[in-house]
Amino acid sequence: MKISIEEVEHVARLARLKFGEDEIKTFTGQLNEILVYMDKLNELNTSDVPPTFHAMEKENAFRNDEVKPSLELEKVLSNAPEDDGESFVVPKIF
Amino acid sequence: MDLAHLTIEQVRNLLKKGEVSPVELVDAVIGRIKAYDNKVNAYITVLEREARDQAIQMEDGIKDVDCDKQPLYGIPLAVKDLICTSGIKTTCGSRILENFVPPYDATVYSALKKAGAIVIGKTNMDEFAMGSSTENSAMGICRNPWNLDRIPGGSSGGAAAALAADMCIGALGSDTGGSIRQPASHCGVVGLKPTYGLVSRFGLVAFASSLDQIGPMTKDVTDAAILLDVIATYDDRDSTSIPREDVDYVETLKDGLSGYTIGVPKEYFVGGIDDEVESCVKKAIELGESLGANIKEISLPHTEYGVAVYYIIAPAEASSNLARYDGVKYGYRHRNAKSLIDMYCETRSTGFGAEVKRRIMLGTYVLSAGYYDAYYKKASQVRTLIKRDFEDAFKDCDVLITPVAPTTAFKIGEKADDPLQMYLTDIFTLPASLAGIPGISIPCGLDRDGMPIGVQILASHLNESKIFRVAYNLERALEFERKSLPVS
Repeated sequence: MKISIEEVEHVARLARLKFGEDEIKTFTGQLNEILVYMDKLNELNTSDVPPTFHAMEKENAFRNDEVKPSLELEKVLSNAPEDDGESFVVPKIF
Repeated sequence: MDLAHLTIEQVRNLLKKGEVSPVELVDAVIGRIKAYDNKVNAYITVLEREARDQAIQMEDGIKDVDCDKQPLYGIPLAVKDLICTSGIKTTCGSRILENFVPPYDATVYSALKKAGAIVIGKTNMDEFAMGSSTENSAMGICRNPWNLDRIPGGSSGGAAAALAADMCIGALGSDTGGSIRQPASHCGVVGLKPTYGLVSRFGLVAFASSLDQIGPMTKDVTDAAILLDVIATYDDRDSTSIPREDVDYVETLKDGLSGYTIGVPKEYFVGGIDDEVESCVKKAIELGESLGANIKEISLPHTEYGVAVYYIIAPAEASSNLARYDGVKYGYRHRNAKSLIDMYCETRSTGFGAEVKRRIMLGTYVLSAGYYDAYYKKASQVRTLIKRDFEDAFKDCDVLITPVAPTTAFKIGEKADDPLQMYLTDIFTLPASLAGIPGISIPCGLDRDGMPIGVQILASHLNESKIFRVAYNLERALEFERKSLPVS
């Protein structure tokens, strides 16, 4: 097994996802199958190969540090499930 | 004459000459949507009233339109529901955004409006662009107009189906691993994934940031060039945006093919590919040769690793991009949560579908401590090898021709329970995405069941004009017949 049910539960906590018992079993099985397939990459020697993180080579895209208009507060809050006119309102952390 | 069956170029000529009015055109398209979309389900949102109002306002202005400044004046287009359209619901095919109304426009949407286009609706898609069949939509599956028991492909399945059924004149899709090219192939239409960075991603809801691209989906190659011309512009709001070449895509596509070298990568024709798909694509290659191109067999040795590389990198990037869906600022929020973290978990678990959750889990795992080197870094290194394969190939070739998918559109439900089998169907489209190079799918022929087969043409970075030229010439030689679909 590449990944155990406990590891899947740990990853779920990291990803802020919750699964039922049957779902966890199905996911664990599917993830295992996928991860076994990924072993294919170990057929290749990549010790001298730099990773590619950007499809196109580009230098940092900077702009001048000038204040420019941003999105209006009303628009920012327009889809809020709950707000007080100035901020988003959420349940307490604990 | 069914106006809705026409192309952008054809409709534009009629509008200019006054032979057809914007209102007639919108009515023709809306008429088809009303007649067929209950079966096809290509649209999540249809903007009937808005489109008609816009068309009425545009009636008088039509005589004075400057086609260079407003090349899409009065043309009804569909936009994939992953692209932000201010004031218009944008769901990404997900329950978690089912009532989300963006407060700003995507750059491409602004470009369409500036060019005079009328957006007729937002199209159905696999949730957050994750899928190859549009079966992962929270808004119901989309059916292929060529055969309603088959998938239209994905994730831009709705856009492809809308085009095939003449429920729009042109469309914008998005492509991360093949999501424009593959549905275009399955629905017998044209779809282009541009060079990474050519079309702004500002306002495109992110799935995998180093791979996502918006591109045109159209009824023919000329239309794709017209649409790309409108949407390809440098945008300083997208830090990965690159300036386009100083070339008119439409002007250059009519040149011939003599002197061109077409590369045929042998790894794309190994076992697992349907024999009718193979012979159809080979026919296209032979036609290229008869039109004056040189054909060269080449090798892209790391092709077989594309699926593994992509399905590590894309889910990794997705796990980061989808962390924002937590019920705080927008979208669905689970009520009566016990705590903030509980709210995050319940919101995400209820709001996301199974495939999205699977990819978030996979992505989180491959980026986690202890596994980053073995998976994400390794995959990124193999990505370099795939990129180098293409760089070598393009030293001697102008374009490469390959199949788009190993089979034609499969039956709805056929691969829904086997995610790995579903992933493997992307084998021919993924490498180009990983390398950031442009690629088009054009219809090539039909299989014995009457389902469309597409052929893929790839070029190196910023060589869309080469793609269009080869595609245009092959399109004329192939004479693929568009039909009036769906057939009752």
